Amino acid sequence: MFDDLRDLYQELILDHGRKPRNFRRLEDATNHARGDNPMCGDRMELQLKLSGDVVEDLGFQGRGCAISMASASLMTETVKGKTTAQAHALSDRFRALAMTGACPECGADLADEMERLQPLAGVHEFPSRVKCATLAWHTLNAALDGGKEASSE
Amino acid sequence: MSFDVRAIRADFPVLATTVRGKPLAFLDSGASAQKPRQVISAMTRCMESAYANVHRGAYYLSETATEAFEASRRAVQVFLNAAMPEEIVFTANSTMAINLVAHCYGRGVMKPGQAVLATEMEHHANIVPWQMLRDATGIELRFARVTDAGELDMEDVAAKLADGKVGLVAVTHMSNVLGTVTPAERIAQMAHAAGAKVLFDGSQAAVHRRVDVQALDADFYVFTGHKLYGPTGIGVLYAKHALLERMPPFLGGGDMISSVSLAGSTWAPPPAKFEAGTPAIVEAIGLHAAIDYVTAIGMPAIEAHERALVEHAMRKLSEVEGLTLLGQAQDRGGVFAFALDNAHAHDLSTLLDRAGIAVRAGRHCAEPLHARFGLEGGTCRASFGLYTTPAEIDFLAAALVKAREFFA
Repeated sequence: MFDDLRDLYQELILDHGRKPRNFRRLEDATNHARGDNPMCGDRMELQLKLSGDVVEDLGFQGRGCAISMASASLMTETVKGKTTAQAHALSDRFRALAMTGACPECGADLADEMERLQPLAGVHEFPSRVKCATLAWHTLNAALDGGKEASSE
Repeated sequence: MSFDVRAIRADFPVLATTVRGKPLAFLDSGASAQKPRQVISAMTRCMESAYANVHRGAYYLSETATEAFEASRRAVQVFLNAAMPEEIVFTANSTMAINLVAHCYGRGVMKPGQAVLATEMEHHANIVPWQMLRDATGIELRFARVTDAGELDMEDVAAKLADGKVGLVAVTHMSNVLGTVTPAERIAQMAHAAGAKVLFDGSQAAVHRRVDVQALDADFYVFTGHKLYGPTGIGVLYAKHALLERMPPFLGGGDMISSVSLAGSTWAPPPAKFEAGTPAIVEAIGLHAAIDYVTAIGMPAIEAHERALVEHAMRKLSEVEGLTLLGQAQDRGGVFAFALDNAHAHDLSTLLDRAGIAVRAGRHCAEPLHARFGLEGGTCRASFGLYTTPAEIDFLAAALVKAREFFA
């Protein structure tokens, strides 16, 4: 009945949705932001530990659907150890990927990271679900910019 | 007229459509119902041959349109068994009708020191206007509790009425999440005994059962056209005439005045006093057609059909492993909110959509109620209409079993 949905709900996504990585509170966070999707009730609290220009560690807590949890989990894995500029670049590229299914601007740099996020590209075929995938990245931008609130609405 | 669901379905063009190759199982009528051809063509006919502004022109078309517009008001009066057509105020929807009462009765008639009593099971439309009233005037806002079974806690209602401060009880006639039908007559009696007026949000109830505002002794009753197989943009506030007379106007403008000078204005009598500006004329015609449509089938027949669906759904959905149904009220209508143990509501609705099943996911504009049941992340909701079939419910139950396997 739902076989064609395996493109969206790939095993990697279901796995990260069930067991999100870095799902914890950081004791020594330097930046944090809250992400809200008021329409569906998804909510997350993201914490970063910046060391100079580098995102040394990330942790998040919250609730949401499999897509939003998996996206947040993969985001923390991908962004860990990157510079803030690289984190912003990944965020821009990921949002393009989620909205269009492709990233024409993606160059050779960060190619491995984008490859890692590729399983979420299928979400672009589900307009009402794109915001589930992008919430974590909006929240990342807010945290990097020192803001406190992000919304994917 | 006997109830023939196949014939009824044939009246609704959209029900013949397919979603990604699958027949549409539309189980979101509680959010907004589909429209029968009778409504669509009445609105088209109005725009093609009988349309002009109302209450303004002394020419043929305007008089025809005015007559049709006022005939719709009389149809609503009969539909609710109101004492007179002047007790029917057209609004944009239920939300606007409740806001009108909060403004004109809450701010205009109630006094600081009084309280409004709502409940935990209200739609946001019956919470937020009262919060705004509270914040603007200092009128207290209370909420009666909901039991674990999803029924209104009547002891708590009595307790919260006991000090005599409550000036208005604002309560749903049927929950849009739990399906619970509230004991409206008893609530009205209790409110009146405590010196309070009572407003019923009939957005869901008016679609599923015969409503008699005089038998209920309702002071205010609101419903919306688009859930009653009519168009969007038209809703109804019923209020006892004496109350409408006491209440100051809502919006200012044309149609609601008796006379205007640059120094000041005087108000038209109700209902015009509450209907500033050009109203939703075509939509009123559509609402009339929708009322004629359900009346021809018969509200008792619709209620019986939906009772059978509710029993069927209760049985079928209880059989789905891992499924939690929100609300187990004795008296309930065709609204079922549920959560699966291993799937978030949004993932679940995406899956069901693939099977052609339209359900709503989220908190259904009832965030406090979801918090009350510890389901802040939301639920899926299947809601029925007069065109819903037992086969659609079977299909939903089967899809839920498959969905649970998918996420296992």
